Amino acid sequence: MKDFSILIAGKAGDGVDKSSLIIGEILAQLGYRIYIYRDYPSVIRGGHTFSIIRCAKNKIAAHENIVDVLLALNQDSIDLHKSRLSAKAIIIYDSGAVKSDLGFGIPIGEIIKEVKAIDLMRNSCIIGAMCKSIGVEKGILEKIFRENITRELDLNLKVAFLGFDRLEEVIKIEKLDQRILPVVTGNEAIGKGFIKGGMKTYIAYPMTPVSGVLHYLAAVSEEFSLNIIHPENEIAVMLMAMGFSYAGTRVAVGSSGGGFCLMTEGLSFSGMAELPVVVLLGQRPGPSTGLPTYTGQTELNFALSAGQGEFTRFVVAPGDAEEVYYWSALSMNLAWKYQIPAIILCDKTLNEGAYSFDIGLAGEINGPEPLLWSKSGEYKRYENVKNGISPLAFPSEKGAVVKVNSYEHDEAGITTEDKDLTTAMQDKRLRKAKYLLEELEQYETVKVYAKKDASTAILCWGSNKGVCVEVGDKLGLRVVQPTVFSPFLLKQFKEAIKGVKKIICVENNAAGQLADFVKFHGIDVDDRVLKYDGRPFTPAELEQKIKAR
Amino acid sequence: MTVSNSLTTNAKNTWCLGCGNFAILNAIKAVLGVIIEEGFPREKIVIVSGIGCHAKIADYLNVNSFYSLHGRVVPVCEAIKLANPELKVIGFAGDGDTYGEGLEHLIFAAKRNIDINIVIHNNRVYGLTTGQYTPTSPLGFKGRSTPKGTTESPINPLELMMASHANFIARGYTHGIELLKKIFKEAIAYEGFSLVDILQVCVTFFNMYDYYNKRVYELKDHDPEDYAQAMEKIKEWDYNIDSKIPLGIVYKKKIIK
Repeated sequence: MKDFSILIAGKAGDGVDKSSLIIGEILAQLGYRIYIYRDYPSVIRGGHTFSIIRCAKNKIAAHENIVDVLLALNQDSIDLHKSRLSAKAIIIYDSGAVKSDLGFGIPIGEIIKEVKAIDLMRNSCIIGAMCKSIGVEKGILEKIFRENITRELDLNLKVAFLGFDRLEEVIKIEKLDQRILPVVTGNEAIGKGFIKGGMKTYIAYPMTPVSGVLHYLAAVSEEFSLNIIHPENEIAVMLMAMGFSYAGTRVAVGSSGGGFCLMTEGLSFSGMAELPVVVLLGQRPGPSTGLPTYTGQTELNFALSAGQGEFTRFVVAPGDAEEVYYWSALSMNLAWKYQIPAIILCDKTLNEGAYSFDIGLAGEINGPEPLLWSKSGEYKRYENVKNGISPLAFPSEKGAVVKVNSYEHDEAGITTEDKDLTTAMQDKRLRKAKYLLEELEQYETVKVYAKKDASTAILCWGSNKGVCVEVGDKLGLRVVQPTVFSPFLLKQFKEAIKGVKKIICVENNAAGQLADFVKFHGIDVDDRVLKYDGRPFTPAELEQKIKAR
Repeated sequence: MTVSNSLTTNAKNTWCLGCGNFAILNAIKAVLGVIIEEGFPREKIVIVSGIGCHAKIADYLNVNSFYSLHGRVVPVCEAIKLANPELKVIGFAGDGDTYGEGLEHLIFAAKRNIDINIVIHNNRVYGLTTGQYTPTSPLGFKGRSTPKGTTESPINPLELMMASHANFIARGYTHGIELLKKIFKEAIAYEGFSLVDILQVCVTFFNMYDYYNKRVYELKDHDPEDYAQAMEKIKEWDYNIDSKIPLGIVYKKKIIK
């Protein structure tokens, strides 16, 4: 079995999420590539929560609905997921909480009680039992527990071993002879990317699905000398970012659509005042509050047009952990070189999903560097130079008066309503897009996968990359994934679809925003496969839908 | 490196003749001049303004400036100070600006006690948008959006600041520049959050010179470190009743090092 899935389920607050990461790490030790899908409601306690840990030989970025192991912490866990079980599925459940005719019941509640452990440690017990049933050595279980559990490690290990000893080996999961990769969430990869890009301050108001970035960065803030700020609302988030940027600090902010709505006046300010900022935008189904803990790709249009007025912006939608790491770092460098806002468009699938992370695949990040003031002559913050990129100076720079302004302004930053100056300064700001586009030509912003010369192409963006590549491989189709949307590298895109006779666009939204986007650029999509129920495509599901076209 | 030593830019001043903003500009210019003279590097001074008549001060003062958005002076000030604690950060904002559009930022900045100085040009009317009521306009104020008069009482911003744990609270008046200078000097020197509410007269839309001249008095024998005394003075005038109006440093929390 080289591609299998484990489902762990319980009620919100049972610790299912943390357990799924531990299970992922355990299977990663056997050389597997992991993807973890998390499904949970917008409640703190109660409600049904589950995670699917999919393990495969090759890198994956999607989950499957059929599961081979089911770990049930409550009755719902069996009742709701029966239909997902494969023919020889192993079911392990807490016999104190679950009634089942199938599988192995373990009196986890009693075991916990005997050793005076807390309820949350039922997870450790069921993970131990799982390891035994699929032939994972005790040593691996212990190693991963030691690396991931900080509180009450000994007691957790004791409970896990008691679970382990309760069952017999049912199958023996094959150990793969390949490098062991760490399992990280998209949010953690983003945090690491920001740090790589020199970010010193992260500002955010908590919001699903990107709160994980705030939590990760706050946890490592001392190690990397980061300033992590959680202010009163997203308006303050964005305006604070402008203050940090003005003072010369590399800064990023993060939110979902609702919070980003509040940031848009600050985004427009960033465009006018030419203060760099990186904005992480984690999409989920809307409009409005929508489905807060589910996934969607509803904000491509919003990211491209948010904020009043016309200004140069960078918008990128990475597809998996390596890509999001890479672009989080590179976006920071690009934002600072061009003095523009950069938006990283993600979604819940990418943000909260966990991936085997291969930093070697992410690509080197070298520059570009920002242009600093030469310290000679009179300093003008908005000097109207050929490429529109005025040299930067920051307050406390001797000999410079640094004036930024939300009004139209002259080169020194003083307000103006002069018609010629207005035109000149607007041209200066928009001109930067042309140079940014030229710079981006050296990067691969439109990717092609699977059967690269096939005449039928799946067109996708963001987190759908993984599922589309799997289906493309299986069906012998070309997969085309544009990542950078502003500025759009049409030349690269045309190259990617050369020889294509049929384009099927796959998106997690109801309108087909990417399909409309390429249509605007003169390319017609033949078919749209759209899903907007808050859940990502699985490979099996997408395969069926594509075959039906 | 060439920087004009003057604290005045070439920008043309467009405030109305007799506008209270001139007194604020002149007072701050004088105080900054003294601070620089005493050795504080002028490149470490940053001013931030919002949107409204007051905000043009960013164009008029030849120091580092951040001409921000309506209501957003405070978060910008906080961030600049957090990014570089060596900077002296002074925010100029209007009453509609910071007591209205951006009130939550003010409350949180006071609560966080970040070492910034917020100066409110409180003319109790929207000037730049030509005469509507603000959060501190008196009850019954007839503006262009409330032709029959408002039916809501003003907030007392000083009382609100006390409730938000502001460490330094003062009230000034644009008739009488010496007191303004004294307040600015002390507010800027204070290590912590400071709010200076200035009764700034808008001669065009709400000329209160006569009203204020009859009622204002400078605090004497007042101990600003005494919370109870401060509260008493803050409640003496609620921005509505025709009582006496105390001016000066009303509250100043003692800094224990």
